[in-house]
Amino acid sequence: MSISVQNISKKYKNVQALQNITFEVQEGELFGLIGPDGAGKTTLFRLLTTLLLPNEGSASVANYDIVKQVKEIRNSVGYMPGKFSLYQDLTIEENLTFFATIFGTTIEENYDLIEDIYVQIEPFKNRRAGALSGGMKQKLALCCALIHKPKVLFLDEPTTGVDPVSRKEFWEMLKRLKQKGITILVSTPYMDEASLCDRIALIQKGKILKIDTPDTIVKAYDKTIYEVASNQMHQLILDLKHFSSQYSVFAFGEFIHYIDKNDTFDTAALRTYLQEKGHQNISIQKTTATIEDVFMDL
Amino acid sequence: MKTILFIIQKEFKQIFRDKSMLRLIFILPIIQLLVLSNAATFDVKNIRVTIADYNNSSSSRALIEKFKANPYFSEVENVSHTQEGIERLNKGKTDVVIEIPNQFEKQLQNDTTTQIQVLINAIDGATAGVQNVYITQIVQLFNQNIRVENQQVSNEQLVPNRIETIPSFWYNNTLNYKTFMVPGILVLLVTMLTLFLSAMNIVREKELGTLEQINVTPIKKHQFIIGKLFPFWVLGLVILTVGLFIAKVVFSVPMLGNIALVYLFTSVYLLLILGFGLFISNHTETQQQAMFIAWFFMVIFLLMSGLFTPIESMPKWAQNITLLNPIRYFVEFIRMVLLKGAGLQEVLPNLGIIAFFAFVVNGLSVWSYKKTN
Repeated sequence: MSISVQNISKKYKNVQALQNITFEVQEGELFGLIGPDGAGKTTLFRLLTTLLLPNEGSASVANYDIVKQVKEIRNSVGYMPGKFSLYQDLTIEENLTFFATIFGTTIEENYDLIEDIYVQIEPFKNRRAGALSGGMKQKLALCCALIHKPKVLFLDEPTTGVDPVSRKEFWEMLKRLKQKGITILVSTPYMDEASLCDRIALIQKGKILKIDTPDTIVKAYDKTIYEVASNQMHQLILDLKHFSSQYSVFAFGEFIHYIDKNDTFDTAALRTYLQEKGHQNISIQKTTATIEDVFMDL
Repeated sequence: MKTILFIIQKEFKQIFRDKSMLRLIFILPIIQLLVLSNAATFDVKNIRVTIADYNNSSSSRALIEKFKANPYFSEVENVSHTQEGIERLNKGKTDVVIEIPNQFEKQLQNDTTTQIQVLINAIDGATAGVQNVYITQIVQLFNQNIRVENQQVSNEQLVPNRIETIPSFWYNNTLNYKTFMVPGILVLLVTMLTLFLSAMNIVREKELGTLEQINVTPIKKHQFIIGKLFPFWVLGLVILTVGLFIAKVVFSVPMLGNIALVYLFTSVYLLLILGFGLFISNHTETQQQAMFIAWFFMVIFLLMSGLFTPIESMPKWAQNITLLNPIRYFVEFIRMVLLKGAGLQEVLPNLGIIAFFAFVVNGLSVWSYKKTN
């Protein structure tokens, strides 16, 4: 077991950040923590990387206890905080050398691990980290987190504030790292990234709501979802919310996802209701559930 | 050890990379030393005096001449009424008003006492005191001459035996304020710079988030702290060197004592200041907060150091507070060594106290570093 968390709770002065969290991550697994801002993802990361102590419960990372074997954990994990936190006034190469040295290693020793990431930023290796673009900063941070060949990699919202192309590249890099046997715990507020993980945990307000593979979570969702659109989208949300048998209504991209309370729901009744409200070009279609639908329903 | 060396190397790299900061670190203290040392003088010069001479005799004119001839008095203005002089005082056109009464010469010649009235602008009490002393000296000197003249005329044997004090100012026999101030200001600069830089340094890593990244590495706390603070220890000694050089070359401050002793003391003293900076760093979240707190202590340390106001003239409670002020001990020390040529034996109490403070402060800051991080 690469990461094992048992009934962990963490309380800040008057905020219960984490409540009775339990989950396990297998070796070589890409595990996603999916949840909105303030759900407790960062707190969980800081607990597992020994930056915080839990109030209750226990956890182990790479079979080391997070309270008693702090030193061993620090030697065997890589952590990439949500905020870029390398030395902005040092160059790419200096940052990398610095982190290699304090882990008692060299860039050359573990070059194979970072090679395909490092080659992308190598042309700029004499540029100061502060002058890099968001995507390059993120790659450098990943290199620094990997330079000592960690067994477990913690990535706290690595793709927040990064452009879609770099995000896609980044997830491909993660897949390659996974193939090299590194366990990865990644958090993200983006639901579309969830389907790229082996397993995910949906977390909200300090509690884990569901843990499973993305597919199973979606398949287990038994409600029927309708995509609704009309010529007045804003008014449509309000009107749908006033429909007598509505279960949930929320905006989803260019459509509105609508779920009805009744299994025997007839779209014709809804169409008539909307026409009475003055909507035109109404379209109502069944659609398949996504992680986001599941999450919104929890 | 290798890790510490590497952090030190990184730290120096960052210091030297920040060109504008580097300029501030080296050029500002030099400018301050040059400017402050020339400006921070207790000499009261350029006194403007207004005289209402009701007597208009040769004696009164002789007295006025004495004022005019004195280098400390820059402007001697005659008015016909005291009231006019008071108006000038109110308007800030003069610092002192002197009234010479009608019977001035007559009373002097009859060998009775005479009085002149002196009004001094005492908004700044210290300056007014000094001005009063100058005026009294001039009048006394004038008095002696008059007496001698009068006595020569009357009877030689009646010359009284007067006791005259002839002061000899030891360790600074020309009462040169620069000699006195430059070493003190140098202490101030070394303290200020190292305290500010060290207080802001670790908090900066906190602010940027790099401290969090460092904390998940196997780096040990003492390695990190030593690695971060050592460059400022070196910097402090470099600034001391530059300052001593300027003191010698520009201000010809005598350096009677052993300079090695100054370095020994400073290296212990810097440990104290850096520890204090670390302590501030631990209890603040941003560089701004650190800067404010550092300033707060700096101002207290400075005003209660005996650099600008003698500790002996402070109230008892304030004197007790100065016992906790590290700058006080350093100022005392550097004056003793440079001006008096004191040796290790004489400064041992100061060194001991600073070493003790350094031990306590560093203990506290390492303890609070563990606790808060």
